[in-house]
Amino acid sequence: MIEINQVSKWYGSFQVLTDNTTRINTGEVVVVCGPSGSGKSTLIKCVNGLEAFQQGTITVNGVSVGDPATNLAKLRSHVGMVFQHFELFPHMSITENLTIAQTKVLGRSQDEAVSKGLALLDRVGLRAQADKFPGQLSGGQQQRVAIARALAMDPICMLFDEPTSALDPEMINEVLDVMVELAQEGMTMMCVTHEMGFARKVAHRVVFMDHGQIVEDAAKDAFFGTPRSERAQQFLSKILNH
Amino acid sequence: MNYNWNWGVFLSETPSGGTTYLAWLFEGLQWTVMLSLSAWLIALLVGFVIGVLRTVPHRGWSTLATAYVEIFRNIPLLVQLFLWYFVMPELLPEAWGMAFKQSHPLTQQFLAAMVCLGLFTAARVAEQVRAGIESLPKGQWAAGQALGFTLPQIYRYVLVPMAARIVVPPLTSEFLNIFKNSAVATTIGLIELSRQAQQLVDYTAQPYEAFIAVTVLYLAINVVVMFLMRRLEQRTRVPGFIGGGQ
Repeated sequence: MIEINQVSKWYGSFQVLTDNTTRINTGEVVVVCGPSGSGKSTLIKCVNGLEAFQQGTITVNGVSVGDPATNLAKLRSHVGMVFQHFELFPHMSITENLTIAQTKVLGRSQDEAVSKGLALLDRVGLRAQADKFPGQLSGGQQQRVAIARALAMDPICMLFDEPTSALDPEMINEVLDVMVELAQEGMTMMCVTHEMGFARKVAHRVVFMDHGQIVEDAAKDAFFGTPRSERAQQFLSKILNH
Repeated sequence: MNYNWNWGVFLSETPSGGTTYLAWLFEGLQWTVMLSLSAWLIALLVGFVIGVLRTVPHRGWSTLATAYVEIFRNIPLLVQLFLWYFVMPELLPEAWGMAFKQSHPLTQQFLAAMVCLGLFTAARVAEQVRAGIESLPKGQWAAGQALGFTLPQIYRYVLVPMAARIVVPPLTSEFLNIFKNSAVATTIGLIELSRQAQQLVDYTAQPYEAFIAVTVLYLAINVVVMFLMRRLEQRTRVPGFIGGGQ
């Protein structure tokens, strides 16, 4: 589904990504972790072209992201993305947030978009909030709406960029629960996250990055059992020991 | 001070007859309001377009918009007015220039002042709009992109509606400014409010009454504007957003 091949990126002369290669197969859940500044967020943003990269190729469902001829807007419309800071549109009600892209990008009718949006809102347990505005919801609720908004576009895969990093601890689980459910339904997911519990539960593979490079790319059990790289061992010992 | 106060002067008849000085003032008030409102319309339309262009990720467009802003806000308003009134008709295609010069003097004065004030204020509105757009989190842009919106759609549905709400308070002061700046039109002879005050002084030799009356009228206009913009601000408030209440 997603193939990342030898991808490198520079900001000016500073290299932020170095020769990254990995793939995410259809139905697979891959967790990308690593210390901050390791390039994991940058890498996931390259997948739907939010960030440009200078070398290598990324294809999503056979479409090359870096190709100037690619219609990126069209590609993005069926690649769902969830952001660290939710990024709901503050001036729109929750229902409008869920329907605007369905009607304006996919050309669905208002009725169709609303019923789809409300069904997804129901699924993330927020049907009662349909007429509220994002600023009136808690962080966890906003993030669940953001997931519903992405799902409303019937995405072929989902990208999560640190979806729980901006949340209060007691709100993390309500978001993770939605993500676990999604993973168990067979959604193709690439998740940048530090939530190792989530990784243990649903990930098929774990990718560990450091200094802009993929250091370890292993099946979940292998990664948590005995990470091969010393750097990954250190990282795990720091975040798992408490 | 040996000054002969006479507030009754407003009700006395003008030398041309058939009307009072008060009526003169109200005629001036009407021109001031018409001029300012039509110029404000131009300022909003042009200002939003230029403000948006200043932020687009396209070098050519943003340079063009920046040039507009720098030109219009760095030439004194009075000079701009003279350029529009005296120079522009000469630069237009000949037929247009002639049509302009043959029109009623009041039309000439009004059009020149309207375009001048509108485009000058547009540069200032554009700066507010740009600041409003730039104050939005970068993630809003990314979220619009990630949903498959095209560039115009991101502006239309995501950035501009929110930026417009944010800039209502600074736009209020631009709206107030346009009424005050409209007084420059007196220099090309438009009989707006401050011009009428001057006339009143010339005819009645009662400068205190005349200028106090005009001051009160300008203040009254601006109180109304502030009230209306305040209402607009309240009506467009985003629930749960800063200053939006619950």
